Amino acid sequence: MRAVETRPSSRRRAAPAPRPPAPPRPGARARRWRPLAPYALLLPSLLVLAAILGFPMYRLVSLSFQQYGLRELFAGKGTFIGLDNYREVVTDPFFWTVVVRTVLFAAVCVGLTMVLGTLVALLLRNLARPMRVAVTAGLVAAWAMPTLTAISIWQWMFDFEFGVVNWLLTKLGADGFQQHNWFDQPLQGFSVIVLVVVWGALPFVAITLHAGLTQVPAELEEAARVDGAGAWQVFRHITFPVMKPIFLILATLSTIWDFKVFTQIWVLLNQRPSRDYFLLGIWSYSESFGVTRYGKGAAIAVIMVILLLVVTSFYVRQMLRAVGP
Amino acid sequence: MTRRQLARAGYNAAAALVLLVTLFPIYWMVATGFKRGVDILSFEPRWLPVPGTLENYRSAIAKPYFLQDVRNSILVVLATVLISLILAFLAALAAARFNFRGRAALIVMLIVVQMVPLEALIIPIYLMLDGAGQTDRLAGIIVTYLTFVLPFAIWTLRGFIVNIPEELEEAAMVDGCTRAGAFWRILFPLVAPGLVATSVFSFILVWNDYLIAYVLLRSPEKQTLGIWLASFTTNHGTEWGGVMAASTLFAIPAVVFFLLVQRRVVSGLTAGAVKG
Repeated sequence: MRAVETRPSSRRRAAPAPRPPAPPRPGARARRWRPLAPYALLLPSLLVLAAILGFPMYRLVSLSFQQYGLRELFAGKGTFIGLDNYREVVTDPFFWTVVVRTVLFAAVCVGLTMVLGTLVALLLRNLARPMRVAVTAGLVAAWAMPTLTAISIWQWMFDFEFGVVNWLLTKLGADGFQQHNWFDQPLQGFSVIVLVVVWGALPFVAITLHAGLTQVPAELEEAARVDGAGAWQVFRHITFPVMKPIFLILATLSTIWDFKVFTQIWVLLNQRPSRDYFLLGIWSYSESFGVTRYGKGAAIAVIMVILLLVVTSFYVRQMLRAVGP
Repeated sequence: MTRRQLARAGYNAAAALVLLVTLFPIYWMVATGFKRGVDILSFEPRWLPVPGTLENYRSAIAKPYFLQDVRNSILVVLATVLISLILAFLAALAAARFNFRGRAALIVMLIVVQMVPLEALIIPIYLMLDGAGQTDRLAGIIVTYLTFVLPFAIWTLRGFIVNIPEELEEAAMVDGCTRAGAFWRILFPLVAPGLVATSVFSFILVWNDYLIAYVLLRSPEKQTLGIWLASFTTNHGTEWGGVMAASTLFAIPAVVFFLLVQRRVVSGLTAGAVKG
């Protein structure tokens, strides 16, 4: 029996103490290599990540300082132009329109997802078992739908001629919804896009919050109710504080997802959205791959990442505070 | 009616509304897929696909490149999942079972990396692959998918491994097993369900992608099924029966796999989150 293997168990193993050179024994070679084992296990992943993630991150930033168009693409080399790309982007009035639109869009999507998700989670708790199982099954089914499937479903439901939504609105007595094209007006178009995004995101939020609600001590809420607190007060002062970490995680994830929405807009608008529908991600894409100005596209992408970091750092700080020192 | 009954009725009405909003779109897709053309193009909706037809499915499958793109999708998904699973298992083993310099930094990096939007990285990735002659090739897109599947897989697998008591491996080593042997004979079988769940999650991530395949794969015979579906919607805009049949076909694998692992998603996120 070798000494190392009879050592008492510990999760964090100390490196083997240096020992005087001993006559070679079986296993001695393995022991000398042991401190290197974790690095050897990590090496393949780290190499791959450095090549496919680290390098592109560096390249994105360097690209944003370069003139990089078709000519540079063929030459395979850009020319350094300092902050020119950023200057061009920031001085363009369109930039501010797009920034405000992107932030607003994300805020509406996250807000709706969180509020409706909370309401559905609270509703689930108040339902009798058969109904609760049915609603959960419906949520899971919607959750399982791939984004592209959801997009084409809603596209069909909002079809201007035979879409079931226009039919329903006309039936309900609303005027002007016969042969109504929802994407003519950006505001209406964006409400359809928000609907598709929220429909896809809601189930995850509602089911996760419902799972979290089961961990809120029932006695606490009961006690508050006995003391005369209304439903809102119970939620505000008991349920919400207990569930805060889950709310924060969900809000962070939703913000990250909704800030960079691309596919929903791109596909709903038949892969050629007008400038009225541009968010930062779409603008960056169209500058790069539409008009082959990769440098400017990269600058927009960098700005998007920075904005996202600013927004999410707020949540992350809250999260750290919730977890405690 | 008492106040209590009134509340119950209100809850049930709200539940019915939620059910309608979640399930009706899905029902409408499936139903439209089985409807005849005249019933789809009717100003008064036909609620049931009666009399039904399989014509839409036949026409979707017969569309150019359908079978080719199914093959591409399967190839890309399998390769991505397999490569990331092998690499991630080794890395997760290191992150969960060894104490080494830089371990905390590694864990922070894994979290941060998942926050970087791929939508921003697609430009340099495209230029890199273009320079290497790997655009419009499945190898290029497999490598690109690894950028987000690999960190995710390491993170998830690490969670599964941490939950398996280390004492089991130590017992095996007391009985004369080597460390590698203990990993292989004790840990590996125990973490197998975790490996399955991780591969299913990765599968869904890749299956749901649109942007990367859209940017990197240009020729129709190289594309994946998602791109085929999206172009179907654009190019045959009014042929809703075919589009809905195609959407159903596209959804089936994702739904089946998703149902296998859905419970784990929630329990993973909420376990310990409240109690800290």
